[in-house]
Amino acid sequence: MTLTSMLKATTAATLVFAASAAFADSHATHPDTGEALATEQTFTYRVGDESPSYDPGVAEDVDGSAVVRDLFEGLMNQDAEGNLVPGVATGYEVSEDGKTYTFTLRDNAKWSNGDPVVAGDFVYAWKRAAAPELASPYAWFFELMSIENAAAVVAGDMEPSELGVSAPDDLTLVVSLSQPLPYFPQMVTHATTFPVHKATVDAFGTDWTTPENMVSNGAYVMSEFVPQEKLVRTRNEMYWDNENTIIETVTKLVITDENIALTRYLAGELDQTDVPAGQFPRLSAERPDEAISVPSACSYYYTINMTDTTNPALLDVNVRQALAMAIDRDVIVEAVLAGGQKPAYTFTHWATAGFETPDTPMASMTQEERNAKAVELMTAAGFGADNPLDVSLIFNTSEAHRSVAIAVSQMWKQTLGVETELGNQEWQTFLETRGNQDYEIARGAWCADYNEASTFLDLMQSDSGYNDAKYSNPRVDELMAEAKTSENPQAAYTEVEQIIAEDMPIIPVYHYAEVNMQSADLGGWPFTNFEQNWYSKDLYKIAE
Amino acid sequence: MLSFIARRLAVAIPTLLILVVLSFVLMYAAPGGPFNSERPLPPAVLANIEAKYGLDQPFWKQIANYVVGVVTQFDFGPSFQYKDRSVNDIIAQGFPVTLTYGAWSFVVAAVVGISLGAAAAIKQNSWLDYMAVGFTIGAQVLPNFVMAPILVLIFTLWLGWLPGGGWNGGQWENLILPVIALSTSYMASIARITRSSMLEVLNTNFIRTAQAKGLSPSRVIFRHALKPAMLPVLSYLGPTFVFMITGSVVIDIFFSTGGIGRFFVDSAFNRDYSVIMGITILVGSMTILFNLLVDVLYAWIDPKIRY
Amino acid sequence: MLPHAKDVESVGEAVQLAEVQGRSLWADARTRFFRNKAAVFGLILLVCVAIFAIFGGFFTQYERDVVDFSLMGANAYKGVPSFETGHYFGTDASGRDLYARIVQGTAISIMVGVVGATVAVIVGTLYGATAGYFGGRVDGIMMRTVDVLMSIPFMFVLILMLVIFGRSMFMLFLGIGLISWLDMARIARGQTLTIKNKEFVEVAHAIGVHPLKIILRHIVPNLLGIVAVYATLLVPQLIIFESFISFLGLGVQEPNTSLGALLSEGASNMFNGTIWQLQFPLIAFVFTIFAFFFVGDGLRDALDPKDR
Repeated sequence: MTLTSMLKATTAATLVFAASAAFADSHATHPDTGEALATEQTFTYRVGDESPSYDPGVAEDVDGSAVVRDLFEGLMNQDAEGNLVPGVATGYEVSEDGKTYTFTLRDNAKWSNGDPVVAGDFVYAWKRAAAPELASPYAWFFELMSIENAAAVVAGDMEPSELGVSAPDDLTLVVSLSQPLPYFPQMVTHATTFPVHKATVDAFGTDWTTPENMVSNGAYVMSEFVPQEKLVRTRNEMYWDNENTIIETVTKLVITDENIALTRYLAGELDQTDVPAGQFPRLSAERPDEAISVPSACSYYYTINMTDTTNPALLDVNVRQALAMAIDRDVIVEAVLAGGQKPAYTFTHWATAGFETPDTPMASMTQEERNAKAVELMTAAGFGADNPLDVSLIFNTSEAHRSVAIAVSQMWKQTLGVETELGNQEWQTFLETRGNQDYEIARGAWCADYNEASTFLDLMQSDSGYNDAKYSNPRVDELMAEAKTSENPQAAYTEVEQIIAEDMPIIPVYHYAEVNMQSADLGGWPFTNFEQNWYSKDLYKIAE
Repeated sequence: MLSFIARRLAVAIPTLLILVVLSFVLMYAAPGGPFNSERPLPPAVLANIEAKYGLDQPFWKQIANYVVGVVTQFDFGPSFQYKDRSVNDIIAQGFPVTLTYGAWSFVVAAVVGISLGAAAAIKQNSWLDYMAVGFTIGAQVLPNFVMAPILVLIFTLWLGWLPGGGWNGGQWENLILPVIALSTSYMASIARITRSSMLEVLNTNFIRTAQAKGLSPSRVIFRHALKPAMLPVLSYLGPTFVFMITGSVVIDIFFSTGGIGRFFVDSAFNRDYSVIMGITILVGSMTILFNLLVDVLYAWIDPKIRY
Repeated sequence: MLPHAKDVESVGEAVQLAEVQGRSLWADARTRFFRNKAAVFGLILLVCVAIFAIFGGFFTQYERDVVDFSLMGANAYKGVPSFETGHYFGTDASGRDLYARIVQGTAISIMVGVVGATVAVIVGTLYGATAGYFGGRVDGIMMRTVDVLMSIPFMFVLILMLVIFGRSMFMLFLGIGLISWLDMARIARGQTLTIKNKEFVEVAHAIGVHPLKIILRHIVPNLLGIVAVYATLLVPQLIIFESFISFLGLGVQEPNTSLGALLSEGASNMFNGTIWQLQFPLIAFVFTIFAFFFVGDGLRDALDPKDR
């Protein structure tokens, strides 16, 4: 500890003492970093929309999952780097064939009403989430986890009791998989796999998630909830690691307009908010300590309809290549978005664990070379000044998507003389149009479900439900199947990326970054967690 | 009078039915369903969800079930988007909020608007009149979605006097900015109508006679002029109240007040059929009720009107 | 926010009065209109706004939909309004010339207002005149229908329609027209009731002229004064209304724009050091609305000489 931080700590301690007895037990310094802690340990942040649900089995969105991670605790947690650390389970063992996982639960984990957390709570929660009666939109997650009989249970062909999970005793949970899955342990940090208190659910039905009724096992309990306004969570005294929890109160405010949210942040009402598109350079110049950009696990791309309902010109690989080359990605990330995003020449996000971005011809060229090549390819395809190509590009309504689409259409026009008709559709309509291949080119984005390249590349398989291009290449299918069980799948991923770069069924545009304003005294934020999975229990406020 | 009210209420029922069918048909015709998402749900999961909400049944059966549920049990069904909540829960939470700031805005707009308009008319061509006219012209033109962020900028960021949003159960600090943003343009309209109507009344023979008889000016205004001058204002107040409810869309978006306006827009975008229907029916009923109320008041003030 | 029915109805009375007295109503009205300073000012303003909307595009070297990539993200200091760069009003958030966009926005806003008002006035007048002319049961049913429709929160229905059927100009006009014809129908009916007892209508009826012809030839022309006033006052209201729809993102779609869309974008970028993105659209918006307001008020006063 340096002298200054020592002094700060002393001041903080004095302040704590002077302030009030209620704060007397608050930490004077952070146990690991030794930073002096502020007397008032609260965290207030902004989200844009209310989440559909805070029931772990039903929660489906990113913001809702963040709340659920505070209220409930699963078998494993992630640390600031995204590595697995013990949660309710102290650890796990894998069988020889890689198909059976045995988790050992800690004996001091408690629900907020004092009941012990037992393996049966997990079994109940998993069966409940997979069962047709709950109709959870995330029921498919158990299929993704390759849990035995998951598909049949979700489809209603088997009783939920047949699901491959059991509790031989209160502290042991056994999971049977239908095939070995190297990244399975990563998946138990997902909200869908969190335990649920059966007695509470039985007593209150769908009302069990209200603040009065909810019984949870996480570091926090829900103390107040006004939909579309705010959700407040306070420290759970029953939590097994309660003494290491520093933040007392976490408040999530729903503020639709990101500019209003920014104003309120500047007025000191919020500790964290999103940076509106294009404002990052200005804000980082004005407040370098607070404007923060970190990679976030999503890729932005344009998918090309490759079925016979498309524009016939797009079936020509030269045209697809030319369109891909003519996009000046540097302009898009630096001028249009300007928030630390990275140009994308591969589908898989560059920061994905273990993934090495392969060298594709396009990535190594300069934009002038790409433009020249694009013109050449376009001419080869029979299009030119006297025979310009017309395409349509659809995107779902959003300022940012619109700006990107406008920029791209202008680049295509300037470089290739392509006339682009922009179509702006409401989210639900857009999904339907794209899912029915009723488009020529459409905006797409994919976010990682877990930190491994297959979460992206699975989409390129012919039978993937999310393959909106309807791209089909037997070699890709073969490589992806191989990668599932392979010890070192990275080589296969690299080859798949190279094939995609040649066939160009999708045009990668950029890799997302998360751009936030965050008050400088907030400590413990997991910037290096690729999936941006944060836990309030790891956060703390540093004394001024 | 009673038979008039009864007749109007009888019309309300087919009106609401038309509203229900209209919105139901609109929703049914819509592309995209409430359960589409970025990653399309596996068919088995989708089937489970549709079965749970009765969406697997034929159209006529869905609408019949819905109407029966609403009429017999006052049950508007579950929300498709907010899976832990029913439409009744959402309305029970959001409507009182909207009603609170809507009613305050209404009162502020009416009281200030009428006083300002009347004062301007009485002191015609004075500086007060010019100020009032200037204000009404300016305020009518400034859209509230421009005004709301300006208010937040001034009162929250620069002055730091008021919170930039939130509701906190209806604390007065949270109420002020929404009420200003919502009431200003209606206040201006009311002031304008009051002024011109008041001027017209003040120029009638009957007021001139009263003045000639030597009645005190305040007596002339309060006893004789104000009541007839209120008639046009009154017929404007009915729709105004409904506009306050509609205006909650903007207020909820900017001030995070959690009223029904935000729920309505959200549910329209998310195809949350049951929430849309619930809110539409609610607002429809309010409209009918207020038009009726205004007509009754009108009849009470103006005895010439016969029904 | 629709024009006030009372304002307009007295115009109808005045028109009929003039008819009876055999004076040339329109000539009188013109004289009175041009004596009204505010109205003349409004008219001049309206002409200026119209010239700006139609010919404004010739005075800039920029296209409204061309993005200057070098300005994107650097708006706050490079997109400042300036005569040197030729961006008289600066650039918008996407680096497009704001002047060119305001020219187009003004044109589209006025068009939405005028077309919407025309739809409303035509439908409303014909509907009201028909109901009033036939009277009796037909009138009862038609006006009850209007009562029923008036109780529908059309703002909500319009939002639903735009979300569901996609945003198009056609939908916008349809929706706006739907909302505003009801009042016009009521006013037109009221006036028709008095007109239809006039001799010239009764004579036409007696010699067996087809009712449709009577409505179109004899009744509707007598409603023109009212229609003109109502329509002029409706236009600014519809422009305000469109701006609200644009704020919700349901209005005119890119790369086209309207004053409402520009205002809403400007308001959201207000804190970001690009205040001109709000300033200039607001000025154009205010001028346009004022022009219509003043002209409408002036028309009303001119056609209804009652001292106000």
